[in-house]
Amino acid sequence: MDFFDIYLVEAMLNGVLLGGVLGLLALGLNLIFGVVDVVWIAYAELVMSGMYVVYWLHAFGVPMVLAGLAAMAVVAVMGLAVHQLIIAPILNTPPINQLLATGGLLFFLQNFATVLFSAEFRNTGVSLPSLRLGDISLSYSRIIAFGVAIAGVLGLYWFLKKTFIGAAIRAVAQDRQVMVLMGVDTRKIYLVTSAIGGALAGLAALLLCLQIDVHPFIGLQYGPITFMICVLGGLGNMLGGFLASFIIGQIISIVGFSISQDFAYVVAFLLFILVMFVRPEGILKRRA
Amino acid sequence: MSGRSASPALRRRLWAALGLAALLVVPHLPWGQYVLHLIVLMLVWACVGTAWSLMGRFGLVSLGHGAFIGIGMYGVGLLWNTYSLTPWLGIPIAVAAAVLVGLLIGYPSFRFQVVGHYFALVTLALGEVVRLSVIAARDFTGGSLGMTPKHAADEHVSWFALQFSNKAYFYHFALLLWLVVLWLWVRIDRSKLRTALEAISEDEIAAASIGIHVTRTKLTVTLLSAGLTALGGILLGQYNMYISPEWSGIGVSLQVVFASIVGGMYSLWGPSLGAVLTIALNESLRNAFGTRLVGASESIYGLLLILFIIFMPNGIYGGLAAWWNKRRGPPAPTPGADAPSSASSR
Repeated sequence: MDFFDIYLVEAMLNGVLLGGVLGLLALGLNLIFGVVDVVWIAYAELVMSGMYVVYWLHAFGVPMVLAGLAAMAVVAVMGLAVHQLIIAPILNTPPINQLLATGGLLFFLQNFATVLFSAEFRNTGVSLPSLRLGDISLSYSRIIAFGVAIAGVLGLYWFLKKTFIGAAIRAVAQDRQVMVLMGVDTRKIYLVTSAIGGALAGLAALLLCLQIDVHPFIGLQYGPITFMICVLGGLGNMLGGFLASFIIGQIISIVGFSISQDFAYVVAFLLFILVMFVRPEGILKRRA
Repeated sequence: MSGRSASPALRRRLWAALGLAALLVVPHLPWGQYVLHLIVLMLVWACVGTAWSLMGRFGLVSLGHGAFIGIGMYGVGLLWNTYSLTPWLGIPIAVAAAVLVGLLIGYPSFRFQVVGHYFALVTLALGEVVRLSVIAARDFTGGSLGMTPKHAADEHVSWFALQFSNKAYFYHFALLLWLVVLWLWVRIDRSKLRTALEAISEDEIAAASIGIHVTRTKLTVTLLSAGLTALGGILLGQYNMYISPEWSGIGVSLQVVFASIVGGMYSLWGPSLGAVLTIALNESLRNAFGTRLVGASESIYGLLLILFIIFMPNGIYGGLAAWWNKRRGPPAPTPGADAPSSASSR
């Protein structure tokens, strides 16, 4: 193999595009972890639910963009429900209980989706052409997904930095005890955060619908890698998470290109385990 | 010891002997192959759940026990299919491999204080590594399609290949493994190891400061749990005569956790009770709905888990034991049935 291999370049560019979507997936989970201090292990299943919303609305003739907005709204409401019904009652118990309770939710959503929609693979039938740059070909659906993901990240950044409630969310993430003393209703902040996390999952659902088939067990494919990214970046550290998603995107693309796709994920998970031992606080240390 | 009533210890032994006799009669009762099949499954899951709880009840929550199941079944299956190595040798090799992996994950985790949900995520990644490695090495593992152990020359009873067409054989193996796991649980329960682990799950630094070797203590139960879980996986592989990488996936790992929590992971009989209940629930829902509602039983299962974590974190057995003790007045300290220290407080 030549040192400069045009297909390797293509793989790396695809890795960048994959990193964008992974980054968006990790963003919502990271936000919830940073603020509410809870790991929603069923996060990818919320994305899956959003994908079904997109799929069915699209199947009934709703334009893709509107279907995506509807998915964001539906999953945002689901996020509220998850917090209010599952997390809030056990917020003060050991963190592992919350993780396991959302593990129950994971099972429920996966299998309830199977009951409702069967285990069939469903495709929205939207197919976009590919962009050709010389020998390199990149699919437009990935480019759009990447662009929207970046826009989502910037939008969240703007929201957290420039709005009052965003400032309150950041303050709670920094010190939840003191903020109660300052008269902030943390319950409300948690609810808002959960809803935003849900909405981001809905947005990710729209983007994934452009690229892959909908399937009740799709979460198993994306869930574990999303946690890995969040932890690699330092749970709750959004910048770190975003950086980690590009690292993981590159690993998956390059190893996938040179050896095999499955092996690429093995390498990504092994790297995760190693990083946990060496730098459990993530690649970027969370600022206090 | 008074002459009229037997001492408690003697009475316990009598009950144990009676129970064992009853268990040995089970496979000879005239219920069909289907019921016996369910009983074997329950026993194997009881083994795996109890093995998981050996760690879980001390706050070492692993979401990757499927990894050990997979290493066990693929270890034995691959050695048998590629090298025609008898499971008699394959089993120790596979169990050793599982223990080694447990060591490779456990030692750095405990050394570097990867605890709580970080430990859970590391083990979750381990399960994925095993599952995806099996899929990636599809040339000789069969990939995601799974694989079938080669049939032995004698279709019905082959002690060399440990393949038996009669389920009663597997019943006895599973029963033996189950008794071993329970015996180990009781041994740990009565030992200093248990006190040390409880101290660690309360406060690791304080435990270390009074001279408990934290890493070694945690590693002991982890390696035990890994080896026993691998044995359970081997049993499943030989029994089903089919192995697949999905056994290492997050789905199976979570099912192990669920059954143990629902039953009650803090008590000796809890995980076994959970295994019995979850398989009974699964099968009755499947009989009720047939294939029309695939996934219905697992949905109910997921909901139950959420409800249990919120309302009854000690599980059915733990809840019943607490209720029974309250009714009887001052609690009689029964080993294993006592309240947990960390995971349910507050």
